[in-house]
Amino acid sequence: MEIRLEYYLIISTIMLFAGIYGFITRRNLLAVLISVELMLNSVDINFAAFNRYLFPDAMEGFFFALFAIGVSAAETAVAIAITINIYRNIRNIQVHHLDTMKH
Amino acid sequence: MDYTNFLLMRDELSLVAVMVLLLLYDLFGSARSLRHFQLVACLLFGLHTLICLFPHRPVEAFGGMYIYKPMLTIVKSILNVGTLLVFMQAHTWLESERTVIRRGEFYFLTLSTLLGMYFMMSAGNFLLFFIGLETASIPMATLAAFDKYKRKSAEAGAKYILSAVFASALSLYGISLIYGTTGTLYFDDVAVRITGNPLQIMAFVFFLVGMCFKISIVPFHLWTADVYEGAPTNVTAYLSVISKGSAVFVLMTILYKVFGNIVMQWQGILYGLVIVTITVANLFAIRQKNLKRFLAFSSISQAGYILLGVISGNALGMTSLVFYVLVYMVSNLGAFGVISVIEQRTGKVMMDDYNGLYKTNPYLSLVMMFSLFSLAGIPPFAGFFSKFFIFAAAASEGYYILVLIALLNTILSLYYYLLVVKAMFINPSEQPIAPFRSDNYTRVSLVACMAGVFLLGILSVVYQQISLFSFGM
Repeated sequence: MEIRLEYYLIISTIMLFAGIYGFITRRNLLAVLISVELMLNSVDINFAAFNRYLFPDAMEGFFFALFAIGVSAAETAVAIAITINIYRNIRNIQVHHLDTMKH
Repeated sequence: MDYTNFLLMRDELSLVAVMVLLLLYDLFGSARSLRHFQLVACLLFGLHTLICLFPHRPVEAFGGMYIYKPMLTIVKSILNVGTLLVFMQAHTWLESERTVIRRGEFYFLTLSTLLGMYFMMSAGNFLLFFIGLETASIPMATLAAFDKYKRKSAEAGAKYILSAVFASALSLYGISLIYGTTGTLYFDDVAVRITGNPLQIMAFVFFLVGMCFKISIVPFHLWTADVYEGAPTNVTAYLSVISKGSAVFVLMTILYKVFGNIVMQWQGILYGLVIVTITVANLFAIRQKNLKRFLAFSSISQAGYILLGVISGNALGMTSLVFYVLVYMVSNLGAFGVISVIEQRTGKVMMDDYNGLYKTNPYLSLVMMFSLFSLAGIPPFAGFFSKFFIFAAAASEGYYILVLIALLNTILSLYYYLLVVKAMFINPSEQPIAPFRSDNYTRVSLVACMAGVFLLGILSVVYQQISLFSFGM
């Protein structure tokens, strides 16, 4: 059976919106981070699928996906470092504890 | 591959050189020589500013990946001067006991974000644009969390990095759909193949939402106030001026260059965003008691005014936008300089603490008043001229109702700017902030800001110089 482009796009769209949903509803900083990663990875699937199916003679999409993976790794590293710093400060990484600045 | 292409990137190379030199100095300098770190850093960066001051011929390097236009020299110089002012204002904070050991990192991180902005502005391809955007925003999160023993700073860092990643993921999804519909990532090629089909419009909306997060346009502004309040004051100043200025410029060039074919659609979207941004931000600014939050909402509303320059879409719009960013930079840095120096000396940032400031620190309160007047757009100051040009640009394209709404909002903004002035000059206080002498770095930077506030509008040569290089759709 042939796997068509649409299947990849459906998967990536579901991943994107699952990520958005998780970003809004999760109560733990790490879970929020995982949701954001899900969004970033959906983009990589998009790029790879578009490149493979629609424009197979150039490699632009693959390279964009590679760079996106690298950059998202850097983002995760910084976000986890900040999360650890928060844990050291308040011994907790639940989102509802990060509310000292409400006006 | 032709490695001589690297030599075409003069500004970036000189900035990288400054970064590497400062890093090595911070690592290997002896304890005695490190006492002059701040001076060396400011001088080196000043030299870099001078090198970048002169435009050269337009170039394209790396097969169109990197594009230089003389207009970029103007914008980069504005950003350089702003960064230099922030460096000078950061003196007291960086020399304080807890931060002094990490001051080298402050410079390195700040300059990395600046490098990212350079690449973002010079990009001719979505890949370089994306890498520049991330290089600009990832170190920014660490800067926001720089006071790592303070809970608020850590919170600000977390809020910034999560919203920044969320925004860039949305932008990226938009870019991936644009790639899927056009088959290329080069701005020039994409521009030709944008036809305005529904998928491309959706891709554009995703992309725009991501960018609006960065510029903090209402309704994507919710991170702004918290991050501005929690981050160290000098970082807030940098974030509100340099980061926003570069992002706005990039948004405008991409809207002109890449999405020129669907101009009707994006002008409609921006029309709504401008109205909502200016109005909501002004209304929220009225109820703020913390001056950093107050300036956060003020800067959101200023971003709305800046979008007025984007929406007009002609050369006049670009000139007035760059001029607006310049004037906004000197006025905002003046206000932040005062807040920063008072916070360093006394730890006070609430509006009530400023009661009776004029009696004890007359010069600081005058600087604050002139900066706020310039932000509000009162005639003799530069802010009036920048607002005038940006309104003129929008009106020249027939957006009369939009300009009227923006004008009414200017009156609203005058109210809350005057609240601060009233606190400083009229409100009595039992315990005003004690008189103190600020350090020389802060003084020089505040004098420079005031010179900008007074002279930029009157010296028409500045505006003419910008207008020489600007281009429209």
